[in-house]
Amino acid sequence: MKTTTVGAVHDRIVIAHGGGGELMGRLIREHILPPLHNPHLATLGDSVVLPWAGGDLVFTTDSYVVTPIEFPGGDIGRLAVCGTVNDLAVMGAVPLVLSLGLILEEGLPLAVLDRVLASIAATAREADVQIVTGDTKVIERRTTGDGASPTASPGLFINTAGIGRLRSGVRLGLERVVAGDALLVTGPIAAHGLAVMSVRSGLEFDSSLRSDVAPLNGLIAAILDTGADVKFLRDATRGGVAGVLADICDASGLSLVIDEARVPLSVTARHAAEMLGLDPLTVANEGCCVAVVGGGDAERIVRVCREHPLGNQAAVIGEVTDSRPPLVELVTRAGGRRVVQRPYGEELPRIC
Amino acid sequence: MKDRIAPLVEELHHCCREVGRRIQLMEVCGTHTVALFRHGIRALLPANLRLVSGPGCPVCVTAQRHIDAAIELATQPGVILATYGDMLRVPGRRGSLERVRAAGADVRVVNSVLTALELARQHSARPVVFLGVGFETTAPATAAAVLKAERSGLMNFFVLACHKLVVPAMKALLAAGDVPLDGFLAPGHVSVIIGSRAYEPITAEYGRAVVVAGFEPEQMLRGLVALVKQVADGRAAVENVYTGVVSDQGNAVALALLQRVFIAADTPWRELGVIPESGLELAPAYRRFDALVHFGIEPGADQEHPLCRCGEVITGRVEPPQCPAFADACTPMSPIGPCMVSSEGTCAAWYKYGRGAPGDHVRQSAPIGEPRV
Repeated sequence: MKTTTVGAVHDRIVIAHGGGGELMGRLIREHILPPLHNPHLATLGDSVVLPWAGGDLVFTTDSYVVTPIEFPGGDIGRLAVCGTVNDLAVMGAVPLVLSLGLILEEGLPLAVLDRVLASIAATAREADVQIVTGDTKVIERRTTGDGASPTASPGLFINTAGIGRLRSGVRLGLERVVAGDALLVTGPIAAHGLAVMSVRSGLEFDSSLRSDVAPLNGLIAAILDTGADVKFLRDATRGGVAGVLADICDASGLSLVIDEARVPLSVTARHAAEMLGLDPLTVANEGCCVAVVGGGDAERIVRVCREHPLGNQAAVIGEVTDSRPPLVELVTRAGGRRVVQRPYGEELPRIC
Repeated sequence: MKDRIAPLVEELHHCCREVGRRIQLMEVCGTHTVALFRHGIRALLPANLRLVSGPGCPVCVTAQRHIDAAIELATQPGVILATYGDMLRVPGRRGSLERVRAAGADVRVVNSVLTALELARQHSARPVVFLGVGFETTAPATAAAVLKAERSGLMNFFVLACHKLVVPAMKALLAAGDVPLDGFLAPGHVSVIIGSRAYEPITAEYGRAVVVAGFEPEQMLRGLVALVKQVADGRAAVENVYTGVVSDQGNAVALALLQRVFIAADTPWRELGVIPESGLELAPAYRRFDALVHFGIEPGADQEHPLCRCGEVITGRVEPPQCPAFADACTPMSPIGPCMVSSEGTCAAWYKYGRGAPGDHVRQSAPIGEPRV
């Protein structure tokens, strides 16, 4: 007996793609499974059974709603893999498996979905993780305020959860931070947020302004493999480096002094931040991690980072001190000093 | 950079010592306020040199009645209100544009008036209102957009014109006479349009020094040195250290656009009241683009929050920490006044870059107002 095809060939997501019927089956079989193929996913079970030999597990989840879906240097798929992989890696875990929840908006071109899935697959390979379970939903096209006209372009939202194995012997925690420790960043800052914002605001900068979105587990493994005294790691995503430094200051009760001239920042990013009226320290990164390490080990760790392609501009940017009250202070390029605050929400480009 | 900065800082200290008394200068522009903080320049200043922030942040000086009018426009059926991002959170009497957006109004953040014009093209059946705020920097673009809309016969594009002029506000400040000022660090961006000669009334009529400077640390320090030297010599002249960018005459094309599309009008400023000929309204030939006229909206009265001292902040009468609400009832998370909302606002700059620094000029701020010698 011949199976009848459902409807016409679709080039965009329709509500029926989420209906649990044949159209959804085809979406999963033809678009989602092939790029991500692995035996766990192929069973299409309600859950996945993972063998486990013991030890501590690290588990995290994150949702991704970035617009535009594709931006210079990456896309929402690469972001969804890297964000969760990096959240595991900075805890001292080896990321192993991810789940993938897709929420597709009616009208989304299948070509866009295919590109995002290909990007997810490529990034997962790069990060050496497998996507072992997933879910797909379709939502109705969102409309603007008057309820009449649809929003500019249909969206795609992703949730990924990730499981990693905690590396043995790793002790990371803000309680270990003491005065004299060094502060490092693993790469040039602010590229991701500025790349996304400049697309959103229609500003064209030099094409070298690209998101830094990348899986950091390899670089972090290289740092931890040195056996150096690494005390704390965090990827400087929303809130930027300033947000991470504020967290360190709040939790440790210690002051941090950073030297603006030592903070790696591309010329293009500096100009873009200047134009948008943003402080690069507060702009989001997706492939840059802040590390607190024992002062004596800092230079060794920087050397190791610089041998890794994602860490070739790693730098010591400052140190932890016990000056009171606890503050994050920046020594500016001009030789002045100022306080660095945690950004307070959405950073809005200025008027003029 | 330090190599170029250190000698300038030393020269500034030397000049200030020479003057001997306290010197008070106003940086007119919000971009200067933020840049002075961000580059840590304030921490390098001599003890007898005080910088006060002026009325040069476009968000901060927009009258509450205009925010209220924008909110009323945004809630008209079918209207798309296009605004620069930093106007979103400014509180009016009925909340903010951000709040009405959350409640369903179609408020779009644009970085250029041309995007608003494009929205009008895409949504030809819906009125698109552009919230035209800013000084002479943004006003020419609004003028160009109005002309473009006229040429292409766009009938659904409107402007809520709140543009303001820098020099009349400086004159009003000096005429009020209660803030002692030795001179002004004049804004680079605005001066590109209006030219350095536009400040001549300040030197000629009020005898205050004016120096036009850019926004890099070196530029700002050069500007301050030039100002203090004038004070030392007892001179009052317009100087320009932003040469190559700012000319004497300004940008003739931009000025012609302003002249064609707008007329100078008596305009309300946040907390400052109506200043004669300090704003731009659409010239009679272009009045059909005026959103207030088209929708028949009459801006109401201003009713500022009783705790808010933004008006005194933007005229240099008080520094933010002297406001009882600063960093307490009024923070960037829940701003009471516009100076805390705008990224260029004086209060936001103090909150972000100065708050809590040890031995800093923030907590130990002395009242402003020592008489000018």
